[in-house]
Amino acid sequence: MATDGVVVPTRSFAQAAASEEVSVPLRVVQIDGLVVLKIIKHCKECMPALVTGQLLGLDIGSILEVTNCFPFPSRGGEEDEEEADGANYQLEMMRCLREVNVDNNTVGWYQSTYMGSFQTVELIETFLNYQENIKRCVCIIYDPLRSGQGVLALKALKLTDAFMDLYRTQNFVGEKLREKSLTWKNIFEEIPVKISNSSLVSSLMTELETDAPATQCDFDRLVLSTNPFMEKNFEFLIECMDDLSMEQQKFQYYYRNLARQQSQQQIWLQKRRTENAARKQAGEELLPEEDPNNPIFKPIVEPSRLDSYLITNQIDNYCSQINGFSGQSFSKVYLMDAFHED
Amino acid sequence: MGGSTVLHLPSGPAGVIAKLHPTVLFNICDSYIRRNDQQERVIGTLLGSVSTDGTVEIRNSYTVPHNESSDQVAVDIDYHRSMFELHQRVNPKEVVVGWYSTSSGVSGSDALIQDFYAREVTNPVHLTVDTTFSDETASIKAYVSTILSLGERQLAAQFHEIQLDLRLLEAERIGFDLLKKTMVEKLPNDLEGLEQSIGRLQNMIEVVFRYVDDVVEGRIPPDNSIGRYLAETISMVPKIAPEAFDRLFNDSIQDLLLVLYLANLTRTQLALAEKLNTAAQIL
Repeated sequence: MATDGVVVPTRSFAQAAASEEVSVPLRVVQIDGLVVLKIIKHCKECMPALVTGQLLGLDIGSILEVTNCFPFPSRGGEEDEEEADGANYQLEMMRCLREVNVDNNTVGWYQSTYMGSFQTVELIETFLNYQENIKRCVCIIYDPLRSGQGVLALKALKLTDAFMDLYRTQNFVGEKLREKSLTWKNIFEEIPVKISNSSLVSSLMTELETDAPATQCDFDRLVLSTNPFMEKNFEFLIECMDDLSMEQQKFQYYYRNLARQQSQQQIWLQKRRTENAARKQAGEELLPEEDPNNPIFKPIVEPSRLDSYLITNQIDNYCSQINGFSGQSFSKVYLMDAFHED
Repeated sequence: MGGSTVLHLPSGPAGVIAKLHPTVLFNICDSYIRRNDQQERVIGTLLGSVSTDGTVEIRNSYTVPHNESSDQVAVDIDYHRSMFELHQRVNPKEVVVGWYSTSSGVSGSDALIQDFYAREVTNPVHLTVDTTFSDETASIKAYVSTILSLGERQLAAQFHEIQLDLRLLEAERIGFDLLKKTMVEKLPNDLEGLEQSIGRLQNMIEVVFRYVDDVVEGRIPPDNSIGRYLAETISMVPKIAPEAFDRLFNDSIQDLLLVLYLANLTRTQLALAEKLNTAAQIL
């Protein structure tokens, strides 16, 4: 492993076997409790910096088991040096973990996010990088801030196959998207998450569970001051709206140019036709109805729709966060009301 | 341990508390499950920090391969070193604070390992997790050692059990329900979690109600300290005039409704834009 110098491991037996079979779509990501705790630990400790780490596990049919993970050192410093360094770190860590019989199989990566603002081009790039080496991989997103509200804000994502095909060709024009009927909803696919624990952990935890009727999680959930979170959410939403309107302007500009060009082309064609008609009568050779050298026939490049798709996704995400959150707040406010009536 | 002796005994490290993070426990269990065939126990390094008052916080751990025979222990020191370096790069604040082993108590060879870790850090903590449940409970214990010496000669190491604080706060945050079952099919979403918490709150209030009623009707002898706690809790609820509260209540409801409306409006707009975008025929 250490000698071949590849960052992401060569395909293991399990993966090789899986690829031999007819590929089953990935249905469930099964995460070990240990991994959940490790991810949370890493993401929380490094707040507010956003961090990433590697997921290790097994790929079994339609279930992807994530059995261990390790954090990446946070970035900073020279890019090239960092990269080589990071690769070394990764190799070394995996070698060490394999020595103590940890599953030595990359299945994806995890990253922390701030208020769910993870839909970026970088994420897509990273995903494709991973995908090149491992057929099935997921990205686990953890939101430390939202988890402070008493929910486990953990989700597993992957890119849809249709989107990946399209991304490889970098062809994000309206026509292609329509052809594939790919909408912004089809970029990411959320995979249901299951959490598993070994029997040993399970019995240990049952033993250690406190008898206290209320746990930290209850306190977190029942906190009444929800405004800061809501405000942040709206702030991001407004930013996204600005971005979206910028994108929209780009498109308007494009369409305006396109329309102008087309009308110019029409005028030119008209002229050419009347000229040709005149030539025909005079018995002269006809001129071609196209002139590639004329600047008005130069095609205008349609701007990529990827950005606007991602922004739309982002907005949708914020909206659903706001929705869920206000739902919670309603309950809390009514709870307070009930208290005061007593 | 700790039998009476006439030798010079350094004063025991009284008052040292070790705080244990749940991540470490999970890690230890996992490493035990993944141990080599015929390996009796697993040992590993504990990482964390020591605060000025002597409290040791154990926050992270990793397994270290080792070999054991009747009177010999070989710990893979290189492995320990390289793993420590790797961990340092992620979190330089975590230093070696001790080691763990998955056995039910302290055995003879532990002194040798303790000796090794004593070279890495002064006063290493030795954590034992009984993964075999030998006396039907999961006994988790922490020890520190002191060296018995006669003049200049070191005779033995003595292990003292120290207080262990299982900091399960992190585990509580996630919820025990997720961590104690062998399989959880679905993560609870925002509202389900809140529902649970409110249910628990309701139960607690009911318990208190029943208790107060029982006391008032003379079924249970009153307990002053409980009464004081209850009074304290009730006085925590801020007193707001009903009109003021109504206004507050209505305001927040209005705010929330507005926010909800805006969010849904945005979503509708997106859906509409989507339809227009894909439907529009570009000439």
